[in-house]
Amino acid sequence: MYSSKVADHIANPRNVGELDDPSGVGDVVNEVCQDRIRLSIRIEGGTLAAARVRASGCPPTLAAASVLTELIIGCPVSEVQNLGRSDITNALGRLPAAKTHCAVLAIDALRNALESSGCAHPHFAGS
Amino acid sequence: MLVYLDNSATTSTAPDVVAAMLPYFSEQMGNAQSVHSFGQRAKAALEKARRQVATLIGAAPTEIVFVSGGTEADNLAIRGIAEASGQRRGHIITTEIEHPAVLATARALEEQGVAVTYLPVSRGGLVDVAQVGRAIREDTDLVSIMHANNETGTIQPIEEIGKLLGEAHAAGHTRIYFHTDAVQSVGKLPVNIHSLGVDMLSMSAHKIHGPKGIGALYVRKGVRLGKILFGGHHERDRRPGTENIPAIVGFGTACELAGASLEARMSRIADLRDYLERELNDRIPGVRANGDPLARLPNISNLSFEGVDGESLLIALDLKGVAVSTGSACSSGSLEPSHVLTALGLSREQVRGSLRFSFSQYTTREEIDYVVQVIVEIVDRLREMAPDDDAAGVRNASAQS
Repeated sequence: MYSSKVADHIANPRNVGELDDPSGVGDVVNEVCQDRIRLSIRIEGGTLAAARVRASGCPPTLAAASVLTELIIGCPVSEVQNLGRSDITNALGRLPAAKTHCAVLAIDALRNALESSGCAHPHFAGS
Repeated sequence: MLVYLDNSATTSTAPDVVAAMLPYFSEQMGNAQSVHSFGQRAKAALEKARRQVATLIGAAPTEIVFVSGGTEADNLAIRGIAEASGQRRGHIITTEIEHPAVLATARALEEQGVAVTYLPVSRGGLVDVAQVGRAIREDTDLVSIMHANNETGTIQPIEEIGKLLGEAHAAGHTRIYFHTDAVQSVGKLPVNIHSLGVDMLSMSAHKIHGPKGIGALYVRKGVRLGKILFGGHHERDRRPGTENIPAIVGFGTACELAGASLEARMSRIADLRDYLERELNDRIPGVRANGDPLARLPNISNLSFEGVDGESLLIALDLKGVAVSTGSACSSGSLEPSHVLTALGLSREQVRGSLRFSFSQYTTREEIDYVVQVIVEIVDRLREMAPDDDAAGVRNASAQS
């Protein structure tokens, strides 16, 4: 049902926890299924220097939260700002069609974290 | 280590069952309706299996109708009664926690004009016998209530309901037929159609180490069933289609094996189930057992793990070689919680965190030790990963234990 990459992130979630001194925090809940992702990020000199994540819910939500941290740590904020749902699903190999909302939730967490750090996601800047 | 604890979904076919079946795929391949010797040998095997199945439930062989499985047995019982009357009227009493084979059939008849009452159950999942009595109407012609629930293992008071329906008939009510889906209880409990007082009873082979694709409906002598399939005159004109002799032979063998030392085997399984529950309760805070604590099958344990998603737990267990099932599934962002656990009044979170462990005669103590060890690790990891507000309570409790 799930790809080996999803399975790997379930068995070995990456960067779990919360930063002590974050630049921003995104805490989002899917109001329908109550899946939740809480992402804290630290930005240093235009780079996303550190990220920690906590998540609860179904397997793809946990995997999306975990893989998100791998995609963003060490990257320029300008790149991170352009990440979208397909980047999450591609990084996980694939997600069942009924589970793509989990990737959306991860991107929402990133967007909120960037906004709270003062680095708005370009898709939502000015909205 | 690979551990299969999903025996309520299906069981492995017993080696003796496979051995009994094999000749009927090749040298004994006759059609039981044929008059030549090949056909007559198939016919003899068919009737031997019918006796084996009947013996397990205390029925006469002529009261056993072979069908494709539990779903068809339920359909034949419920639709068969409606078809027998030739009209789309009448009233069926069933429960909210039936298998989809019963619920969907009842709903289909409802759309055609049959009235249906879906009885609620208690917190433990039990039907109230008095409530069955109160639901009886003048036009009630069928009661269909499962013997044991497939998710929780809760055993319904079928004998008492059978007595109640008998009393209603004695008091002048037209005959109300009584059907029970016993797919989960046959081979796990002593099941006798006379003491249960049922007119029809559904069985399935693959739940008792028989093959998939074969089951039976017990139909008490004198019960008139309409047709739901049309064709030849097989199975005393109740189920057309060439008999699946290899599967039927396997089913008969599985029934014979299931009846042998039943109580000793189930007592050992109940000990393993209790051991699993005790260990998990001792080692993980926030574990709750679902279903009635006393009236339950020996082979099913349904547990809710606070603050954990059942599907995530299931997938993480699968990665460790452990197969179980869950009462929650999330699809397109909407939860599709188990209708059974929801009917028991469990909260959304309790349903979401539920897992069903179902044991078999092949389950070992070493397997349970391994399962306990990996569940402790996984629940700890999933709770550690959860945002604080979601898991703080159980994390703190875990730190103190």
